[in-house]
Amino acid sequence: MFLDSDLLMSALRALTPILLAALGGALCERAGVFNIGLEGMMLMGCFTSVATSWFTGSPWLGVLAAALAAAAYSLILAVGAVTLRGDAVVLGIAMNLLAVGLTSFLLRTVFGVQGTFDDPSLAGLPLVGGFSPLAYLSWAAVAVAALLLSRHVWGLRLRGVGEAPDAAATLGVSPARYQYGVILLSGVLCGLAGAQLALGNVTLFTENMTAGRGWIAVVAVMLGRAAPLGVLLAALLFGLAEAAGFRLQGLGLPQQATDSAPYVVTLGALFLTTARRRRRPRTTGAVQ
Amino acid sequence: MTRISGALRSPLAFSVLAGLVIGALILLGTGADPVTAYEAVLTGALGGDGIGSTLTTATSVLGLALALAIPLRAGLINLGGDGQMVLGGITAAVTGLYSPLPAPLTVAAALLAGMAAGAGYAVLAALCENRLGVPLLVSSLLLSYPAVSLASYLARYPLKEPGSSLPQTRALPDGVALPAFGDSTVTLGLVLVALAAAAYWFTDRRTAVGYEIRMTGLNPRFSAYAGVERRGLTLKLMSVSGGLAGLVGAIGVLSFPYRFVDGSLTAPGYTWTGLTAALLAAAAPLGTVIAAFFFAVLQVGGLAMERTTEVPRELTQVLQAIVIVFLAARLRFPSRWFGRSAIRRKEKETV
Repeated sequence: MFLDSDLLMSALRALTPILLAALGGALCERAGVFNIGLEGMMLMGCFTSVATSWFTGSPWLGVLAAALAAAAYSLILAVGAVTLRGDAVVLGIAMNLLAVGLTSFLLRTVFGVQGTFDDPSLAGLPLVGGFSPLAYLSWAAVAVAALLLSRHVWGLRLRGVGEAPDAAATLGVSPARYQYGVILLSGVLCGLAGAQLALGNVTLFTENMTAGRGWIAVVAVMLGRAAPLGVLLAALLFGLAEAAGFRLQGLGLPQQATDSAPYVVTLGALFLTTARRRRRPRTTGAVQ
Repeated sequence: MTRISGALRSPLAFSVLAGLVIGALILLGTGADPVTAYEAVLTGALGGDGIGSTLTTATSVLGLALALAIPLRAGLINLGGDGQMVLGGITAAVTGLYSPLPAPLTVAAALLAGMAAGAGYAVLAALCENRLGVPLLVSSLLLSYPAVSLASYLARYPLKEPGSSLPQTRALPDGVALPAFGDSTVTLGLVLVALAAAAYWFTDRRTAVGYEIRMTGLNPRFSAYAGVERRGLTLKLMSVSGGLAGLVGAIGVLSFPYRFVDGSLTAPGYTWTGLTAALLAAAAPLGTVIAAFFFAVLQVGGLAMERTTEVPRELTQVLQAIVIVFLAARLRFPSRWFGRSAIRRKEKETV
C-alpha cells in the first residue's frame, strides 16, 4: 500500500526543518516583518552545527551553537530592516546569498574540503522513538506559538505591532522591540532547523544543502496564513510530497521528477488557497 | 574633499567600499595579504590570460543581469532566472540537434527557440501573479525547480550522448555554433547581449514605455492612476525578462562546448550574480552593465586569487553579498514586491 504509516513517519521526519523555519517566519510576519532570509539563516545553522559537533564531539553543543549563530546572523535583518528601515526583501535575498558564499568559504578554510564534509566521527542527533528530539521540540513550539498568539498578552501585542504599529506605539508598546524579538527568535528557530537538517536528517554538511527549503518555509507561512497550526499543515503537505517522492523513486520514477515534486505540490497548494482566498473581500498578503 | 565625502555618502559607493574593506579584513583573518589578493583578482581577470574568460562570463552575467533588471525597474523581482535560462538552453540544444535547416539558419532558429522557451516560462510566472494572486517573487522561484529538473532529466536520459558517462547531450552538428572571436571562447553572444543592453538603455531613456516602467517602479499607485495597466505590464516585462534569460541559455549551448551539459548553466550562479548586479545598480541600464562587468571580474579573478594566495574563490561571492547587504539597508523601494495585496494595503493606510 502506498499511503501507509511508514509514509506518514517519513513525512513527519521530512517536515521538521521546514516547520521550525516556517514558525519563525510566521512570527515575523505577524509582527509586520517580511522575512525571506529563512534559507540563509538555516544554512548558517547547518554549517555551525556540523562544525561545532565535529570539534566538540557533542551534537547538543552543535544544536546550541547553530541556534546562537543563526540568531546572530538574523541581526542583519533586524538592524537593516527595523532600525535602518531598509528593504526587507532585498536584505533577505542578500542574506541568502551571503550564507551560501560564507558557508562554502568556511567549509574550505576550516575543513579544507570542497562540496561536502562527511566524516564518520561526526556525531549526529540520536533518535527517540523514531524521531529526532528536535522534531518533538518543533511540535511543542507549534503549540506554544499558537497559545502565545491567541491567548497571551505578548501575542496580542505582537499582532498589534504587525497590524497597527502606530496604535501599538501609542499604547506604549515599542514596535521595534517586538520586531527585534521575533527576528531573533526566527533566527533561533532557523538555526534549529539547520541543525536538524545537518545532524538529524543526515550527518554531514554540503554546500547549499538547504536547497530551497527556506523558500518552501516562506511559502508555508503564506499557505498557513502565518498561523502556527496552518503552518504545521502546510509543512505536513511538503513533508508528504518529499516522502512520496522518495517512495516513487523506489518504484522507478526518475530522481529529477521526484526532486521537483515538493515545489510543484507547494505551488499547486498556493494556487488553490490564494484563488479561493481572493474571492473574499479581505486580502491577507505579506506585510512589508 | 567635499566631492569625495559626497561620493562616499552615496549608498552605492559606500556599499562597494564597505564590501571591499570587509573582504580585506576576512583576507587578513585567513592570513593573506589583501593587496596581493585584490591585485591577483584584477590581473587574473583583466590580464591577457583572463580577459577572454572574463568576457565569456560577462556575457552570461550581463545577460541575466539585464533579464532581471528590466522587471526590477518596475519593481518586480523575477527569481526564476535559472529555470528560464535552462529551458532556453535545452530548447536551443534540441533545435540545434534536430533542425533540418542549413547551419546558419539553425543557429538563428535555436536562438529564437531558446528565447521563446524562456519567455513562455516567465509568462507562466506572470500569469500566476495576475490570475491566481501568487506573488511573482515566489511563483517564479518555485517554477524554476521543475524546469531545472526537467532539463536535467532530458540531458541524462532521452537526449543523452550515447556511450558518454557525462550527463550531456550530443554535440551540435558542425557549423551550428555562434562565431567566436579568434581562438577565444568569446562569441557573437557577447554582441547580442550588448545589443540587448543598448536596446534597454534606449527604451528606458527615450521611449514612453520606458517612462511608464520607471514611473511604475517609483510609484505604482501614481502610475496606475495615470493609466498604466499593471497586469499587462507585468506580462510584457516578464516575457522580455524570460526571453533574455532564455537567450543566455541558448548562447551557452551554442558556444563551447557546443552542447547542453547538465548543471553547467546553473552551477556558476549567473542568476544570483545577475540579480545582485541589477539590485546594485537599481536596475539602471548603464549601471547594470557596469555592475555586471564588475561581478564578472570578481568571479573570474577569484580563481586567480585562489591560485596565488590560496584564499578560496568563494570569497568573491561573499564580497558580492556584503555589498548588497549594505546597500539594502539603505535602500527604499516602494512595496510593489507583493503586487496587489501590498498596494491595496497601502491604499487602506492612506485612506
